Amino acid sequence: MFANPFKLKKLGVLGMNRRNVYCIAEHNDRRKYPLVDNKLKTKILAQEANIAVPKLLGTLSLQSEVRKIEHILKGLNGFVIKPAQGSGGKGILVVTSRKDDLFFKPGGESISFREIKQHISNTLSGLYSLGGKVDVVMIEQLVEFDPIFDKYSFEGVPDIRIILYKGFPAMAMLRCSTKASDGKANLHQGAVGVGIDITTGKALSAVQYNKPVIKHPDTGYDFSELSISHWKNMLELSARCYDMTKLGYLGVDIVIDQYLGPLILELNARPGLAIQIANQKGILKRFERIDTAPAYLTAYERIDFILEQFGKNIQLEFKL
Amino acid sequence: MTSRKYHAIGVAAVIAFIGLFLLYYKVKILGMPFMPDETKTVYRIEAKITFEGMNKPVHVSMALPQEQVGLQVISEEASSSGYGFTKSKTLYGQRAEWAKRRVIGPQTLYYTLELVEQEFVQKSEPEKKHQTRRKKELLLDIPVELQSAAKNLIKDIRWRSADPHSFTAQMIRDFSDKDPSQAVKILLAKSNITKQDMIYHMLRYEGLTVRKINGLYIDESHRNLKLIPLIEVLHKKKWQRFDLEKGKIEKDTHFFVWRRGGESILDVTGAKNSKITFSVNKRQVPSRYLIENKNIIKNSAILDFSLFTLPVSEQNAFRHMLLVPFGALVVVFLRVFVGIRTSGTFMPILIAMAFMETSLIAGVVMFILIVGIGLIIRNYLSMLNLLLVARISAVVIVVIAIMSFMSILSFKLGIEEAMTITFFPMIILAWTIERMSILWEEEGAKEVFIQGGGSLFVAVCAYFVMSNTFIGHLTFNFPEVVLVLLGIIILMGRYSGYRLTELIRFKSLTE
Repeated sequence: MFANPFKLKKLGVLGMNRRNVYCIAEHNDRRKYPLVDNKLKTKILAQEANIAVPKLLGTLSLQSEVRKIEHILKGLNGFVIKPAQGSGGKGILVVTSRKDDLFFKPGGESISFREIKQHISNTLSGLYSLGGKVDVVMIEQLVEFDPIFDKYSFEGVPDIRIILYKGFPAMAMLRCSTKASDGKANLHQGAVGVGIDITTGKALSAVQYNKPVIKHPDTGYDFSELSISHWKNMLELSARCYDMTKLGYLGVDIVIDQYLGPLILELNARPGLAIQIANQKGILKRFERIDTAPAYLTAYERIDFILEQFGKNIQLEFKL
Repeated sequence: MTSRKYHAIGVAAVIAFIGLFLLYYKVKILGMPFMPDETKTVYRIEAKITFEGMNKPVHVSMALPQEQVGLQVISEEASSSGYGFTKSKTLYGQRAEWAKRRVIGPQTLYYTLELVEQEFVQKSEPEKKHQTRRKKELLLDIPVELQSAAKNLIKDIRWRSADPHSFTAQMIRDFSDKDPSQAVKILLAKSNITKQDMIYHMLRYEGLTVRKINGLYIDESHRNLKLIPLIEVLHKKKWQRFDLEKGKIEKDTHFFVWRRGGESILDVTGAKNSKITFSVNKRQVPSRYLIENKNIIKNSAILDFSLFTLPVSEQNAFRHMLLVPFGALVVVFLRVFVGIRTSGTFMPILIAMAFMETSLIAGVVMFILIVGIGLIIRNYLSMLNLLLVARISAVVIVVIAIMSFMSILSFKLGIEEAMTITFFPMIILAWTIERMSILWEEEGAKEVFIQGGGSLFVAVCAYFVMSNTFIGHLTFNFPEVVLVLLGIIILMGRYSGYRLTELIRFKSLTE
């Protein structure tokens, strides 16, 4: 039932205590947390740094501005309304199509202008923000998800999580929602975590509920055939997020738009440890290798470093 | 990275060393006992007087108990805001006197005694003055038409008994029989004196040396008591007590005599609806707290600065406060080494402190009930889409309502334990309900049970540590132990190894 702790240490598995003491406390400056905890700040920063994000269509920060929404939404068919400081996906309203003044959610449910305004008003007064703080509403372009992942996802949309250590992409995984996870990409709720080869973007292994799986439990497609296109592009995109935030232990969430390619969806200053289970590998070994890299490299140089370092030793075949 | 690590270890070591040094100094040099002492039973008896003022000057006079064999009074306190308090001496003993010029509305006065058992009981000599004042009993308090019935009954009982004790026992049995004889029925129904007076007079008629006493059984903790009337009979130079219901009382039963002789217990002038009730509380206290060694305290600067120098009520507050570090230690240990998820980091400590007041089983049941009912109601509130502060306030009110309802219900059902429900910190409970409800919406019921169960488990562990008598003794007498704990907690804060739960989580990586 219990793993041998010495064996785990030998494999370089990062534990929660070590993550808190060495990764987060040592590398992440508290003052920079608001940059990632506030999605609006992240987005503005990303746009300034020329990093691809879903386009910001408008923001509302005062109750008196709520009626401006009609102007912002003029001529738009699909959009996303989200709180800048929401947690756990609360308060996110996705609209995929529109018929005059009637809007439709992904499930086909209809929603009127009045209800949208009510939602915005609630969000502004802090209904969805942590601790009930007064919040800002962001209106974003709807991401047109690339159909290449349709085979590996049930209802929800898969996203790619890359963990950056000192700005170097260290490990990656694809989170696929399942029937069990209720369309959410949350691993402990039953979503499948697919370990991705950090150098090639090919699937390495897949786990559900901490146990290896080969096929997606709902769609039945084999994960070993999965390979993510534009991989190097994605690595660069994530690596540049470090230059933007200077957080040394950073989780980057990426989605792929059918037309725009990879977009940064969210950044996380306290990324979890499940990525090691998805990859069936300890992450500390990679941190040690990254520690040997020379300081002050550009994003491109850092990518080259990891491609060279991890390219040789990583097993490319799909592990059972 | 490593320099910080050694820094933390250094700081922890210095702090822990200072704590251990102080501990060593107190135990070895000053000779304070490291292990808890034997405990003594302390009885706390409280008289509660209530009455309603009628906008007139009020004078309240209450009989005070006399010194008793085997029980020593260690503290005496009369609390009554705005009243003048004095003690007066009468023929029968002391009385407490309260007075106030204008009194309107319901009033409550308290008089509290703390008693401790004496180990060496001196044999008491029967007081002489009662015997000298004795005069012939003529049953004058009993109506004339009943006197012959009483005399017949006495004659009858005399046949059935051998000595004063058996005579008294027989008489009490006759009077407390479920189906009393015709004579007893008439005597009780027609005369307008109490059963105690009736038996008293009849015993005196028989020529026994008797006295009336009123008091309380103090072996168990009770509230809302009335004084119990007893009869004492002198035989072979020893007083023997008789309960009017149960008969002869064994000598080792703890009975506290509040009143001896005929004086009234409570006299209230200038008010109506006056009532006196008593409550008894029994607890075990280390003898150290009773007889503090004042000489040690005076001679040592360290101890002169210790908690013993504070007033007793503040000492009690610290006794609880100093246990919190141990609760924190349990929380840190279970989080860092085991990895138990709780809802709210220090909520379990507060719950554990509530458990210390309520007793464990009752506390756990009440906690589950409050949180369970709260979750159901919070679920409804979430449909109303309230803002955070309003929502929490609504939950606080709901928690208070649940607590009052449970108190009332349990009181009606006679479950005493549930009355202590007020010790639960309601704001913390409201936040717990709020957090669990959000967790339910976001992560599902499973996570709520994991975190709720985790919180309860940590609280129970903390309870066992904090309610340990040795730890209670240690923290109160040696507060420097807290420094040692601080050192340990700093060290635990630098632990970067795996948690027990992670060994399960990462099991698949080692296969």
